[in-house]
Amino acid sequence: MNHAAQESIRVPIRKDTDLTVVRQQVRALAQRTGFGLVQQTKLVTAASELARNTLLHGGGGAAEIRVVHGQAGAGLSVSFVDSGPGIPDVDLALSDGYSTAGGLGMGLSGSKRLVQEFEIESGPDGGTRVTVTSWADPYSVGHGVR
Amino acid sequence: MTDGATGRARAGAKTVADLLRRRGEQIAQRWADLPFFQAVFTVTRDEAVEACHAVVDSLSAVAESGRVDDLEAPGFQPIREQLIAMTASRARSGLSTAQVDREVGALREAALELLAADAPEEAGEARVQLVTLFATLRVMVVDTMLQENQEIVLRQRQQLLEMATPVIKLWDRLVAVPLIGMLDSARSQVVMENLLEAIVEHKATIVILDITGVSTVDSLVAHHLMKTVASARLMGAECVISGIRPAIAQTIVQLGLDLGPVTTRASLADALEWALERREGRDLPTRGNP
Ligand SMILES: Nc1ncnc2c1ncn2[C@@H]1O[C@H](COP(=O)(O)OP(=O)(O)OP(=O)(O)O)[C@@H](O)[C@H]1O
Ligand SMILES: [Mg+2]
Repeated sequence: MNHAAQESIRVPIRKDTDLTVVRQQVRALAQRTGFGLVQQTKLVTAASELARNTLLHGGGGAAEIRVVHGQAGAGLSVSFVDSGPGIPDVDLALSDGYSTAGGLGMGLSGSKRLVQEFEIESGPDGGTRVTVTSWADPYSVGHGVR
Repeated sequence: MTDGATGRARAGAKTVADLLRRRGEQIAQRWADLPFFQAVFTVTRDEAVEACHAVVDSLSAVAESGRVDDLEAPGFQPIREQLIAMTASRARSGLSTAQVDREVGALREAALELLAADAPEEAGEARVQLVTLFATLRVMVVDTMLQENQEIVLRQRQQLLEMATPVIKLWDRLVAVPLIGMLDSARSQVVMENLLEAIVEHKATIVILDITGVSTVDSLVAHHLMKTVASARLMGAECVISGIRPAIAQTIVQLGLDLGPVTTRASLADALEWALERREGRDLPTRGNP
């Protein structure tokens, strides 16, 4: 992915109330980027899940929100970064219902379904970066992309 | 600061301390008629004069110690409580922090005039010390007010938390909870407590949880909703969730969340209709239906 970044915001994720800030910022930027209500709601919900993972499993970190421009027009890309224990088996973590914390285990897998692009960089050595991207108008994406 | 300057500052502060002690009564009498004291001590003037004396004595002690620019100077200690009470009283009368600051600033004038009259030859350095001393007093008052404001904000946040989760009795044995904003863990705890109490109080058998005002339903919010539904059920009340907007419905499905066996309705009106039908159905047997 190399979408030209235009506008970028970094929100620290250290405590519960920071999750509210992440949601608000993602929503505000999505609105400004021309997201419809459904697209906006999906992205904010995914951000809420991933930011909570950063806080609970990653021991805190930050969210980087940036406006991107790709083939499909304008979009929003959000990365959740931490330097916690990392995810040893990404495929396993991505399966519905898998949780090491007694949660529903729907956060990662569900978020992936809510956005157009989803990427996890993590490993057993620690540190996790989850990046999601949604387009303001998902139906303008070229043939075969969806 | 050179030694000479330090010495002059010390001497100036000493002059101020002496002045405040010597002229304490006159200063107190003049202050008692200024709004900062007069408006707070409304019962008797003596009360105001006494409060003025406390402040003059305290300022004199600070000057004596030479720490006129030090907010932490022990000399200020005796009047801290009094100032907190006074500024709180002024704030309650609707004054802004800036207005109270101006009232405190007005206290300086009386002392400056007396200094000019009593010690014209030493006035230069003493004046600097006196002005600094009153500036410190103003900072202290403003600081007190800001701290007080912060406490008000915290208190209001708590109240908002409670207020934002009212339980409304809609009908006999039917209550509704309109949820607003984000149903985080703290909020959901308050909702749960209020709801369970209301179920007992109103002998409710049906509860409408309306989430029209909820901005995001992620897995944690869904989890909280399910817990609330389950506890209501344990208390003998059945829940219906209303106000699931189309965008949220799509999101819940794609996220893979299952709201379980809970009844859901699009709008509060639909939920109310469902609830009333439900009540009819329940009431029928007890009415001795054939
Ligand atoms: N940032 C992270 N750092 C380390 N481990 C993570 C991170 N994010 C997710 N995981 C791991 O992946 C698992 C699955 O995450 P997922 O969000 O799907 O479920 P969960 O957080 O456990 O439960 P919930 O449904 O409440 O979100 C977690 O239990 C955790 O072990
Ligand atoms: Mg999670």
